[in-house]
Amino acid sequence: MWKVIPLMTREVAISLRDLRKEFRTPARTVVAVDSINLDVYNGEFITLLGPSGSGKTTVLRMIAGFELPTSGSIVLDGQDVSQQPPFDRDVNTVFQDYAIFPHMSVLENVEYGLRVKKVPAAERRRRAEEALANVALADFGDRKPSQLSGGQRQRVALARALVNRPKVLLLDEPLGALDLKLREQMQIELKELQREVGITFVFVTHDQEEALTMSDRIAVFNNGAIEQLGTAQEIYEHPATEFVAGFVGVANLIKGETAQALTGQSRTVSIRPEKITLAGAGDRQASGHVREVIYVGNATRIIVALDAGGQLIASEPHDGRAPTSVKVGDAVTLHWFAAQEYLIG
Amino acid sequence: MTLSARAKWLIGAFAAAGLSFIYIPLMVVIVNSFNSSKVFSWPPTSFTTIWWEKALANDGVRRALWTSVQAGVGATVIALLLGTALSFALVRYDFFGRNTLNFLVVLPISLPGIVTGIALNSSFTNVLQPLGINLGLFTVVLGHATFCIVVVFNNVSARLRRMGTSLEEASSDLGASMWQTFRFITFPTVRSALVAGALLAFALSFDEIVVTTFTSGPGVETLPQWIFNNLFRPNQGPIVNAVAALLLVIFIAPVWLAQRLSGSETHAGGRV
Repeated sequence: MWKVIPLMTREVAISLRDLRKEFRTPARTVVAVDSINLDVYNGEFITLLGPSGSGKTTVLRMIAGFELPTSGSIVLDGQDVSQQPPFDRDVNTVFQDYAIFPHMSVLENVEYGLRVKKVPAAERRRRAEEALANVALADFGDRKPSQLSGGQRQRVALARALVNRPKVLLLDEPLGALDLKLREQMQIELKELQREVGITFVFVTHDQEEALTMSDRIAVFNNGAIEQLGTAQEIYEHPATEFVAGFVGVANLIKGETAQALTGQSRTVSIRPEKITLAGAGDRQASGHVREVIYVGNATRIIVALDAGGQLIASEPHDGRAPTSVKVGDAVTLHWFAAQEYLIG
Repeated sequence: MTLSARAKWLIGAFAAAGLSFIYIPLMVVIVNSFNSSKVFSWPPTSFTTIWWEKALANDGVRRALWTSVQAGVGATVIALLLGTALSFALVRYDFFGRNTLNFLVVLPISLPGIVTGIALNSSFTNVLQPLGINLGLFTVVLGHATFCIVVVFNNVSARLRRMGTSLEEASSDLGASMWQTFRFITFPTVRSALVAGALLAFALSFDEIVVTTFTSGPGVETLPQWIFNNLFRPNQGPIVNAVAALLLVIFIAPVWLAQRLSGSETHAGGRV
């Protein structure tokens, strides 16, 4: 597995330097992307994660060439492509709405990139059929896009992009339109596909679970800037800012005097809910009263109003032991280990 | 919403009355064109095709028909070129004054024909005549183009808006040059809207009379003008009926085709 190789020695596929994008209207100027620096490594699955309007899609569109940066540079495979049109860049995009050409058959859609590059008919037919087989649509070449389901269109969009063997594949919330079951299945398939073809994937999503599931690294976006860059584990367990702690997973923060009283810290402290138990052991503890008990299927979430002020959420897994029997209003004591706390800010 | 039987009956009756009001006169024209009575006596006494034969053999009718076809084709070609260019500019680019320009482009179709006619007449006689271009077929073509542009513009704009930009972005992302994207993606997508717009533009031009009157010179007579000039002449009545029926047929075919081509969201605008 490549993960054991230190990232620094890996070849850089895309390098974003001081990338900035302003959208100007007569009334005002909106800064969509504010001085972003990011290196994406060869063969990596990197996710740009953030709420809508955080600038992640704008970054993707600038890499593709649909938007030109206001300032800064985009270096693709050692070459500055900042001012180049999309058709001169060795990247391909899977669009949020798939953008399948409705007047062409599935096979013609997949062949399109090879056709405009004047690849001989026989070769492009062979490669397109191979690409369709790779996404399990070998028998669908003659269909019209209108005869396909959402999941199948998604695969056509993937095949159409991958058949060109781009240096980098850009994916703009490609799973957003699918229902939950299909989305989870496609997450796994996409990850497998990426490992097989070895192409760098830049994936944009606002779904933190999707980002954690699929990515080698995640860049968390907020207000046009990157708040934190790291592996899924680093982002989840060591959130660098309050925003990251809140956006990825369930926010569980104690601040100010409460933090001082319980942990002796003057900074904001973050603890993930599953690290806190009602009955277990731990060198930290806090007493309080149950405010709410929420059953979430694989666990029960207990929201506790702390006597020291503020609140904490504990998550009790349904792991075969007797389920927790606390009720709203019960006095409880929460336990956790100091080693599992993270300081923010 | 469910309607009571009485309400349904009432609505049905109103609809029938409305449609009859529009279509019975048209039916009368067609029926009379086969009526052997010279004075349109009703009910028709016997069936004849003599008026049609006379109409088709009439030199004046033939000349007028040819003039109308030339005017229609000319106006349609100008409308296609300018209307398409305008709709690309106004749908695809955002610039200062876009909404105003959009309004100005669509306005001519709702202007009273008499106003357009007078305005064009005075500008043609004041500007073109000193340059040696007299009122004639060419000025009729220009006059018709002013409102024909609107139907092409409306059809193409609606299609471009529905198409969005992602298909063209995808094409360019896959390596297609601007020209390839236009040829393989944009043009095939707007093609049927162009045809629909052209058919409607032709139909609009074909039955126009007010603007034509003000922009045509001596010796230029379109089919509607011929009908108008001959309607009250003795002995021409039955032939006029046949020509009117012919005009109706020529007019209906492109409108019906255009409706089918542009799907349910055609808005041709007024004055049809």
